[in-house]
Amino acid sequence: MKQVLIPVITVVATIMAFWYAACVPMNIKFALMTAERQGEIVSPEGMMARRDMSALVLSVKNPAQWSDTWVQAKPRLPAPHQVVTELWKSTMEVKPTSKRSLVFHGWVTLSATLLGFVIGAGMGIVLAVGIVHSRAMDMSVMPWAIASQTIPILAIAPMIIVVLNSVGLQGLIPKAVISAYLSFFPVVVGMVKGLRSPSPMDLDLVKTWSATKAQSFWKLRLPASAPYLFASLKIGVASSLVGTIVGELPSGTGQGLGFRLLSGSYYGQTVQIWSALFATAILAACLVATIGAVERGVLKRMGLA
Amino acid sequence: MPLVIAAFLLWAGAWFLNVQLANGRGADTRAVRLAVPVIFGLTLVAMWELIVRGLALPMVILPAPSMIGARFATSIPTLWTDFVQTFVKGALSGFAIGGLAAFFVAILVDRSDFLRRGILPVGSFVAALPIVGTAPILVMWYGFDWQSKAAVVTIMVFFPMLVNITAGLQETTQMQRDQIKTWAASYWQGLWKLRLPAAMPFVFNGLKISSTLALIGAIVAEFFGSPIAGMGFRISTSVGQLALDMVWAEIVVAALAGSLFYGGIALVERWVTYWHPSQR
Repeated sequence: MKQVLIPVITVVATIMAFWYAACVPMNIKFALMTAERQGEIVSPEGMMARRDMSALVLSVKNPAQWSDTWVQAKPRLPAPHQVVTELWKSTMEVKPTSKRSLVFHGWVTLSATLLGFVIGAGMGIVLAVGIVHSRAMDMSVMPWAIASQTIPILAIAPMIIVVLNSVGLQGLIPKAVISAYLSFFPVVVGMVKGLRSPSPMDLDLVKTWSATKAQSFWKLRLPASAPYLFASLKIGVASSLVGTIVGELPSGTGQGLGFRLLSGSYYGQTVQIWSALFATAILAACLVATIGAVERGVLKRMGLA
Repeated sequence: MPLVIAAFLLWAGAWFLNVQLANGRGADTRAVRLAVPVIFGLTLVAMWELIVRGLALPMVILPAPSMIGARFATSIPTLWTDFVQTFVKGALSGFAIGGLAAFFVAILVDRSDFLRRGILPVGSFVAALPIVGTAPILVMWYGFDWQSKAAVVTIMVFFPMLVNITAGLQETTQMQRDQIKTWAASYWQGLWKLRLPAAMPFVFNGLKISSTLALIGAIVAEFFGSPIAGMGFRISTSVGQLALDMVWAEIVVAALAGSLFYGGIALVERWVTYWHPSQR
């Protein structure tokens, strides 16, 4: 534990320090402008003189204004504590049903992601079982499933929203469709690999015990696929979330973390963008960690970990 | 309606043919391995065409493949401009910057065990996050043109590459490292002649993951603002105009670009890591 914890904390602390340092040149011009208006002396004086100067030079010349770069309302780069404060305010201090609450938007995104992920992963597992048992299916579908991982299928997200909207589907379902097809292909590929992982020796062994095809599936192939399945579920849930967020960009329903990102970028609310971004990151981390916990539990009971 | 029935008959026929081919005697020959997926794909496209025509689906819902093909053929100049804007300027430059940056950071980190233990978990954590969400911020900082797209791609590519290269540099055994030390190899000689070549399978694995991420990043970043060219721009505006044939043509371009990019990397991989068991 100590072997990992101390280096990780050091790296994270370095990133934080770098972040605070980066805020200074990013926000210094606005800070100087406000300071000058309030009658403080900055160098050089006058906006015109500063316009074409590099932000780094300005930062070095005006150390007194550094602290102002960490407290602006609409900074180019908000400081970490501003993002944390905004996250706290928009999750703890407003009602979870309010449109200003990240819990509300997070729930909208999470429900679409989970629904899509369950559908996509379920269909992926079913197709993988079919592929393993039917040679024709294997040879027809598998090359396309692998090839589909090399193309940016996320690009059809806006179209799916509009098309499903024109047949009367709105809200949760279109986003769930996008997140379903994004999690579908990784699960198919991983699950096929897993179901094929028993060695010919093992397969022959259960055959000598006169196991039926169904028995060798339930007792050998399926348990053997568990590690592969969980690995691909983790990838699948992360891309499901990305799919939902991108699906929320054009939907115009005004809900979800993707919408928060977009509206923040329309109105220049940088702190809002960053807090929405961190909310998605926390959500992704929680989803992956949940699957990781289930994985550890299941593999432990199976005696694999 | 007869067209829809024809579609399902075609499906049944093609599937029967595939089952025969796959279970037949020549199933392991190269021709059959290639023919089966091609038949499957062509059948799907033909069914799509027949069903769209048979049910007279409006273009707003699903354009027929023939319409997409026609639109593709007539708007090649537009598609080419979009391709250059998004793929060459946005995705490729970001891919190169992100990959090189990850490479240098990995080499820097490599000298210190402490740093490596810290960066690997943080890097794999960040690689699992929806980094595409940084697009609105970077568009705000670097403007609407390709620079902001390249920035998004750089960040998206950086972390998977860093994790893979760092892991790859660990690939050699203590025995191999000791041996090269007994030959009085300096750190850089050991890196250049032993550990980098050994890391190449990991590097290419990272490059393959990143090739898809790069296109996704460049396209999605354009949804947050772009000049009047680019695949993401064309997709979002054509969706707005309900010109779905144009959207599909653009998706065909994205699919072609993505698979050619990936295929190119796979070819170079075969050439560089010819010694690896998976390539033999």
